[in-house]
Amino acid sequence: MTFHLTTRAVMLATALAFAPAAFAETPADTLVVAHTIDDIISLDPAQSFEFSGNDVNNNTYDRLVDFDPLDPEAGFQPALAESWEVSEDGLSITFTLREGVPFHSGNPVRAEDAAWSLQRAVKLDKTPAFILTQFGFTADNVEEKITADGNTLTLTLDKPYAPSFVLNCLTANVASIVDRETVMANEQDGDLGNAWLSTNEAGSGAYELAAWRPNEAVQLTAFEDYWQGAPEMKRVIIRNVAESSAQRLLLEQGDIDVARNLTPTDVQAISSADGIKIEDEPRGRILYMGLNQKDELLSNPAVVEAMKYLVNYEGMEQSFLKGQFITHQTFLPRGYLGVLEEQPWTYDVEKARQILQDAGIEGGTITTRVRDLREYIDVAQTLQASMAEAGLTLEIEQMTGAQVLDAYRAREVPIFLGEWGPDYSDPNTNAATFAYNPDNSEEANAVGLLAWRNAYAVPEEMNEATVAATLEQDTETRAEMYKDIQRQYQAEAPIVPLFQRVEQVGLQQNIQNWWSGGAVTSVIYRQVTKGE
Amino acid sequence: MSAVSRRDWLLSDAPQTRRQARLGAMYQGWLTFRGNKLAMLGLIILVLLIGMAIFAPLLAPQSPYAQNLADRLQPPSAAHWLGTDALGRDILSRLIHGSRITLFIVGTVALIAPIIGLFIGTVAGFAGGWVDQVLMRITDIFLAFPKLILALAFVAALGPSIGNAVLALALTAWPPYARLARAETLTIRNADFIAAARLQGAGRLRLLIRHIWPLCVSSLIVRVALDMAGIILSAAGLGFLGLGAQPPLPEWGAMISDGRTYILDYWWVAAMPGIAIFTVSMAFNLLGDGLRDVLDPKGDKS
Amino acid sequence: MTDSTTAGGPPPGDDRPNPSARRALRRRRARSVAGTLVSLALTLLGLLLVTFIIGRVMPIDPVLKVVGDRATQAQYDAAYQAMGLDQPLVVQFLRYIGDVLTGDFGRSISTGQPVAQDIARVFPATVELAVLGTLIGVVIGVPLGVMAAARRGGIFDQVARVVALIGYSMPIFWLGLMGLLIFYGNLGWVGGPGRQGIIYDGMVPSVTGLILVDSLLAGDWPAFQDAFSHIILPASLLGYYSLAYISRMTRSFMLEQLSAEYIITARVKGLSERAVIWQHAFRNISIPLVTVIALSFGSLLEGSVLTEIIFSWPGLGSYITRALLSGDMNAVLGGTVVIGVCFVLLNLLSDILYRVLDPRSK
Repeated sequence: MTFHLTTRAVMLATALAFAPAAFAETPADTLVVAHTIDDIISLDPAQSFEFSGNDVNNNTYDRLVDFDPLDPEAGFQPALAESWEVSEDGLSITFTLREGVPFHSGNPVRAEDAAWSLQRAVKLDKTPAFILTQFGFTADNVEEKITADGNTLTLTLDKPYAPSFVLNCLTANVASIVDRETVMANEQDGDLGNAWLSTNEAGSGAYELAAWRPNEAVQLTAFEDYWQGAPEMKRVIIRNVAESSAQRLLLEQGDIDVARNLTPTDVQAISSADGIKIEDEPRGRILYMGLNQKDELLSNPAVVEAMKYLVNYEGMEQSFLKGQFITHQTFLPRGYLGVLEEQPWTYDVEKARQILQDAGIEGGTITTRVRDLREYIDVAQTLQASMAEAGLTLEIEQMTGAQVLDAYRAREVPIFLGEWGPDYSDPNTNAATFAYNPDNSEEANAVGLLAWRNAYAVPEEMNEATVAATLEQDTETRAEMYKDIQRQYQAEAPIVPLFQRVEQVGLQQNIQNWWSGGAVTSVIYRQVTKGE
Repeated sequence: MSAVSRRDWLLSDAPQTRRQARLGAMYQGWLTFRGNKLAMLGLIILVLLIGMAIFAPLLAPQSPYAQNLADRLQPPSAAHWLGTDALGRDILSRLIHGSRITLFIVGTVALIAPIIGLFIGTVAGFAGGWVDQVLMRITDIFLAFPKLILALAFVAALGPSIGNAVLALALTAWPPYARLARAETLTIRNADFIAAARLQGAGRLRLLIRHIWPLCVSSLIVRVALDMAGIILSAAGLGFLGLGAQPPLPEWGAMISDGRTYILDYWWVAAMPGIAIFTVSMAFNLLGDGLRDVLDPKGDKS
Repeated sequence: MTDSTTAGGPPPGDDRPNPSARRALRRRRARSVAGTLVSLALTLLGLLLVTFIIGRVMPIDPVLKVVGDRATQAQYDAAYQAMGLDQPLVVQFLRYIGDVLTGDFGRSISTGQPVAQDIARVFPATVELAVLGTLIGVVIGVPLGVMAAARRGGIFDQVARVVALIGYSMPIFWLGLMGLLIFYGNLGWVGGPGRQGIIYDGMVPSVTGLILVDSLLAGDWPAFQDAFSHIILPASLLGYYSLAYISRMTRSFMLEQLSAEYIITARVKGLSERAVIWQHAFRNISIPLVTVIALSFGSLLEGSVLTEIIFSWPGLGSYITRALLSGDMNAVLGGTVVIGVCFVLLNLLSDILYRVLDPRSK
């Protein structure tokens, strides 16, 4: 390694002697990515729930089942589990683990590691734990419900859930398999290694964590003994670059290979540049408008109906959201089982005005609290202008993400404009938050549910339908059930999905097989190659 | 009284009354000031700015809020002299209306901060003893604070809005005034005329208000004039960070922040408000520099 | 920080000789040092208290940052307790002070790491920037100020004045954006955002945390060049601001000296103008100048927030700002203390310099 670095240093010195600043190309075995990664607060897979944290863990850990980055359409695939079998009654699933897979420490990956990892996530009960606990696991029963025997692992569920539902959840980061021996050697005060894993890693993934400097950079190095073969990119550097313009400059100057947060204007400008390509990838995030039913004006169904026509879908899609959001008026993202294709609303101020007039609404003032992100503020301002035409005044309050979230969870945001990202690759992830709210009272304090945050009393039959869809064994029927829920949702819900996020990645021409993780998961680096 | 004789009266070597002497001194100052071309330039710019703010609705070719998504990010042209922004709003109109916000912020901060400082500083200097100790310790604490960060913290605590930005800037700007006022007070405190007034039975409050404050004001004014540009820049900085004026208000710092996203291809969106901020703060600096020559004849000390 | 008039002590300037004068003087010095230390501690305590209070009234919920958007109420409550937020404010504050005294600044919730460790990582970046900025300010600002004073009222003076006033008037965040666009984007003369080219990331072992120094220590010349190409633009911007201040102050100090009698005497003695300016007048302003430079350095330390944001510079300013906006009060408190201490120390330093070096204040 030392020798390696010195050679490179000499090469660099020569290059720099001629071009002191602009360095034309990154090394052939190194992938350099610019991204906003200031959201990472922990790298423990049982705790990490931020986009960037998942981006790291998806590469440093393996799960029982995973997506194939070269064929994402195929859905979950065997990974550390070679195969699985569902019992007759649908109440248990038994996985057979692949033999001869090593952790980064050199320890073998065993069924008991896998069982322990899942138990650990349930016991720690950090935010993402619900992805597992929804199958009836609790800290008290998990040792009986998740068991290892030889090279098999058995999950015992509390209800006969759809197998696709369970397996989709096991692709989530919280279900990552960690190296029990290594983690327990670093346990402090019975924390199951939580503190240590927050800044370290003990996985079996294609990459090892070389360094993480918060708000600055993450460095990964290839794991040469990876069971699917060592990745071609020996070093991956993810640098925190907040500004799109900065990312674009870096890309144009050849200082980075991948820019992941380019604005539409920068994408447009860069797409014609030599040696740079743009790849569009629909992600799972839905930009939606939540109309709080605690607000007197908004609780009027006519206002809810009118608001759906006051969004300039096409205008925004064609201007400042161009290429990064596509109009999408249902809560399931494209790429998910059972997504509805119908887009019932268009921008129609006249119609909105008529609806309001028929309902005898003279006008009124509503406040929105918007996170200080460019897109959201622009959307809010556009909405403000079109609402004004229909006689409604929208007051915009700009806040930090934390402040907005705080107010939102306290049901104090009359009109919420923001995004929701799915937590796992099953349709239930969004159905269970948009279309499920069994108790709308203040006391219920169901702060995790979007429906509750908007004080939307989901009708009983919709609640039931949402639950029923998780138990349907037949995948086709399941998809139809979700479509029905979405149709009813479009007809009446005060939470209005507007757009789906598309990630426009700027890449050097020679980068191949980049995959940001689509709608369902996080980025994977191991298949990326660099051509000439 | 003809113009000439009035001039002579003002410049008289032997003023008959106190008023004549004071007016004479002011006139002298004005003459010095007028001789400073750069300072006059600053003054003219500021007068124009005030005019622009007053007549904003008449001057602005369009509404500062009217959006036109089809017409966004247009370069400067006959229809839009300074181009349009990301939502298709006319940048010139927004700049013209934004001058009101800028003046409001600067004016309010320049009023609040020196008054707080004057009060705390003179009380500390005049009272002495533990009052002085406590007040100056508080002043030191605020001085030791990183200024912009303190302002950020205040705004974050109070919620982002222009009003709170003004308050935050004022709260961070007063300590130097307090120190200055205290120093002035200490030199005045033992002066003969104070002792005389005291003998005549003037109360402490009366001494403070009638005798000490007026004497501290002129040095504070110089300091304020020199600080104005800093206030503008700090306010713009807060706006830039999204903690000042809220959309759709055309605050200049926030406009730069908006334009930052488009800076590589549509430079004018960020450049225009940047130039506006620069021009105004430069004008204040020129003015302050000239005023210092006039009001603070001891030299260039700040 | 200048008052030595602690209660009960003799008034300043009371230096009448008496038998025990020496002892008294020594005692008073000791007391004044102690007094300074006490007032220093009080200032820092006040600083902490104010920051702490701001943090508590802030409508940002730190717990949410920790547990995230999806947390259930139970998870939220668990984190709330683990962070000690269920305790009364006074208890929280005292506990915090106690921890700080033992060198424990707590854990940052936005990075998940100990604040002390975070600061040790980000502070050198800010120091590096401020040092270079001040250096630029001094190297250009001082001669500019001296020459402007020497040719008072002339063209050079006017130009220097305008140059300085422009420096005072530029919104630095705007200048930074434009500079980045031109010098990096269009011309490619300087390095881009960040402290280093990305491929150099982590290649130089961190000894001092100052990359320029570390890369020299490691003998890694290309890494040094790379780091230099990254720092030069933001440092020049800060340097311009510092230059404006330093040159104006230098000019006014020089003017004061040049009108002093000894200068007239020197001129009468027939010394060359150059010798008069540099050997006599300039030598005499060196002490106040050091103070000004120290203050300017201090203001760059705290004033680099916006520059750091524009240049993705991983320094203390952007660290505090980010922490502030996510309600990460341990980080904000820690960062504020560091900057506060620096500021107080710089003030103290210039006070001491004044007292020790300036013959008039004895």
